[in-house]
Amino acid sequence: MPESTPRRSLWTRLTGQSPFVVTLFALVLGLVVGAIVIITTTAPVLNAWRGFFSGWGAPGHALKVTADNVGAAYRIMFTGSVFSPATLWHAITTGQGWSNALTPISETLTYATPLTIASIGVGIAFQTGIFNIGANGQAMMGGIAGAYVGTLIHLPTVLHLPFTLLAGIAGGVLAGSVPGLLKAYTGAHEVIVTLMFNYVVSAILLYTLLSTALQAPGQQNDIARTLDPSAQLAPLFGTASGLRVNYGLVIAALVVLFAWWFLERSSLGFEFRVTGANPQAARASGINAKAVIILVFAISGGLAGLAGVTELAGFYKTLDGGFLVGNAGIGFTAITVSLLGRNKPIGIVWASLLFAALGVGGRAMQAATGIPLDLATVIQSAVVLFVATPVLVKEIFRLRTSPTAALQLATKGWGS
Amino acid sequence: MRLELRGITKRFGTFTANHHIDLTVEPGQIHCLLGENGAGKSTLMNVIFGLLQPDEGEMLIDGVPTRFSNSGEAVRRGIGMVHQHFMLVPVFSVTENVVLGFEPTKSFDRLDHQRAREEIRSVSQAYNLEVDPDAIVEELPVGLQQRVEILKALSHDAELLILDEPTAVLTPQEIDALMAIMRSLAESGKSILFISHKLKEVKAISDVITVIRQGEVVGTAQATDSEAQLASMMVGRDVTLTVDKAVVAPGEEVLAINDLVVRDDRGLPAVNGVSLSVRAGEIVALAGVQGNGQTELVEAIAGMRPVESGTISVRGVDITNHTPRQVLDAGVAHVPEDRQLHGLVLSMSVADNLVLNTPRRAPFARRGSRNLAAVAANAEQLVTRFDIRTTSTQAPVSSLSGGNQQKVIVARELSRPLSLFVASQPTRGLDVGSIEYVHRQIVNQRDEGIGVLIVSSELDEVLALGDRIAVMHAGQISGVVDPSTSRETIGLLMTGAHAEPTDA
Repeated sequence: MPESTPRRSLWTRLTGQSPFVVTLFALVLGLVVGAIVIITTTAPVLNAWRGFFSGWGAPGHALKVTADNVGAAYRIMFTGSVFSPATLWHAITTGQGWSNALTPISETLTYATPLTIASIGVGIAFQTGIFNIGANGQAMMGGIAGAYVGTLIHLPTVLHLPFTLLAGIAGGVLAGSVPGLLKAYTGAHEVIVTLMFNYVVSAILLYTLLSTALQAPGQQNDIARTLDPSAQLAPLFGTASGLRVNYGLVIAALVVLFAWWFLERSSLGFEFRVTGANPQAARASGINAKAVIILVFAISGGLAGLAGVTELAGFYKTLDGGFLVGNAGIGFTAITVSLLGRNKPIGIVWASLLFAALGVGGRAMQAATGIPLDLATVIQSAVVLFVATPVLVKEIFRLRTSPTAALQLATKGWGS
Repeated sequence: MRLELRGITKRFGTFTANHHIDLTVEPGQIHCLLGENGAGKSTLMNVIFGLLQPDEGEMLIDGVPTRFSNSGEAVRRGIGMVHQHFMLVPVFSVTENVVLGFEPTKSFDRLDHQRAREEIRSVSQAYNLEVDPDAIVEELPVGLQQRVEILKALSHDAELLILDEPTAVLTPQEIDALMAIMRSLAESGKSILFISHKLKEVKAISDVITVIRQGEVVGTAQATDSEAQLASMMVGRDVTLTVDKAVVAPGEEVLAINDLVVRDDRGLPAVNGVSLSVRAGEIVALAGVQGNGQTELVEAIAGMRPVESGTISVRGVDITNHTPRQVLDAGVAHVPEDRQLHGLVLSMSVADNLVLNTPRRAPFARRGSRNLAAVAANAEQLVTRFDIRTTSTQAPVSSLSGGNQQKVIVARELSRPLSLFVASQPTRGLDVGSIEYVHRQIVNQRDEGIGVLIVSSELDEVLALGDRIAVMHAGQISGVVDPSTSRETIGLLMTGAHAEPTDA
């Protein structure tokens, strides 16, 4: 018998256990953990407390120093990644300094752009029950393919940019299809194959940079030619604005729209989700498992490749041996971001904005207070850990548990 | 060891898995617990072994009331259990598996392989359980793996051995070997509680047989009772379901199965030369004790299991070894035996599950894009028509009761044009109301001229629905009879005795 769901009050929503609420509380807990790290590692704070415990300082002083330091760190993190009220007010009242006021948010969007695209690729795979740990290699391959088209072919912008981006997608599809075909036809475990394929692509990157026409003329190092301006993603507000946010943002928005349509509205996406949720039922319902595996790797790899070429054409402009290596490895961050966003396009947008903001804000904080950038990583990791353990979060905040809504990251274990 | 259960009751939510079970196993006795799948046998074993806590009742060991809060306590008290699915570490050796958890050690906590090996030798010699202590478990045949499990239980000084469906995975030769072992264990004074639904073995080995059905003890039988008697006790004769149905003249042949051979997951021929035909407008009910090849037969028809030899055709079109999608497109509906595994995606909505195997058909999709309005309209219509009790068509199907989940599958399968409707255990686990409802739908389909094949281990259901009854035993059709045939005759056919030839 259909019955209407009673309208829920704001308080019910906040204390209920919707995924969004748990994520929000996880962020709060992450910031608390960050605060503890600041308190236990920052010299002035430690000295104030040492004074208090040695008996020659008032507790009020120690608390004040603590609040000042933690407050300053988080304030600068915010003003450095979103906006500073003072600068913004100045820009509004005088009409001057807009560039200055918008730089923090522009930086965050710049970092979030390729991260969102790659995470959506990973998320689509997760929703199909596939662990694509090779997004970084696929993005790298996208960057390499894009670099060839963007540097060695010369065309007007209307052709050159689309071809460069398409080459990036093709590179990602290629790198993603190898593990896909191996899994579909030999049953190889995709985690192992995609993970290892990252190393293969790293080697390909160095080879192309050192031994092919891609290498910048007269160079001995692993540096490529710079992309033709006609192959670059131009800054959204023109070069003169000084804001680095570029047309990659438009691409990311289109990708989010596409992914939402694909997962929620397309027949193929429905079959992907059925496969991810219950492979046996998928088979019994006539869904071709091999085709799904091959297609999901092509799509996931293609999006990773697009992320890579967006990063290259919008940000670096020149491919080098450090492309997507180490901290810049957005393909690896994408796995975390996708899980944080519960593998859903909208969730992924918020998660990658959060990760980008923590990174950008962390750099501002490091410059201003001397607290190392690693604090941002600590907060990122803590947030993910809390999201992964909803039971803990619910316990801490005394959230009500409903028996039906099981809150787990939407993935399964290795063996499955 | 003497084990006595008094009024054991175990509930899961509103479902009562065991209801006031009384049972006594005497020392040196082989006591068989006979019942169909889902009758509550495994639940009872888990209660005895301390894996589940009873809600009511008590357990006495050698006259002393005992309660185990975990399986470790049961092991220490001398109860050993060999699970249906072995609890062994495949990459470890026999010795390592047997001593696991109770490892003999040398200095610095090193494993004393020598002593472990000798312990195993002495136990295996004492009970005549030959197995190489150094063999790697995954390289052993299933029968020997089971022997390792028994050895493991005995090495922990088990006095009562619980064997949960021990023959389910064994070949006939391995079954003979197991029975010899069971006998010698009983002779040496061990008590054995043996769970099975296979009548022949039960008769061959048991001293006492307790039959349980739907969580209750329905009676005690002797090994000298006939298989037909056991079968009717097991499937139950006191619940009689009647279905009103008019006489309908069957039309052309819609399903023709010819000399079909299908292998099971172990590679053994589970369906061994089956020929069967279903005509339009008739219900053929396939009866038989579970595990005689019915599951594999239906999976082969549905395209989910490869056919070794023989043919399957629907309305004259060969569909042998076609994919599930092709079989679907040929107008075959399939209600799978395990609805949660094969029939539904529990996390998805009722509406999505109602189009699970037709998401691309008009009007549910157009040029690759789903028409959610059409999907919702379809759901509203089917929920009303099939009386599916749900708060909303957008609610996850996991929030529905078992009966309503089954209705979702039946509704989906009956919502498109069909030639053949195949259903495995269509009413297993359903309440009486839902059973009647599903039966009515099945009969309606027949009246509309669709061929229906029902697989059921419930004799009542078979008799109530079938226009013809085919009985399956050991991968073959042991007879095709009229529904007016006596239960005893059908019971005999279920045990493999061949009836006088009838038209197949």
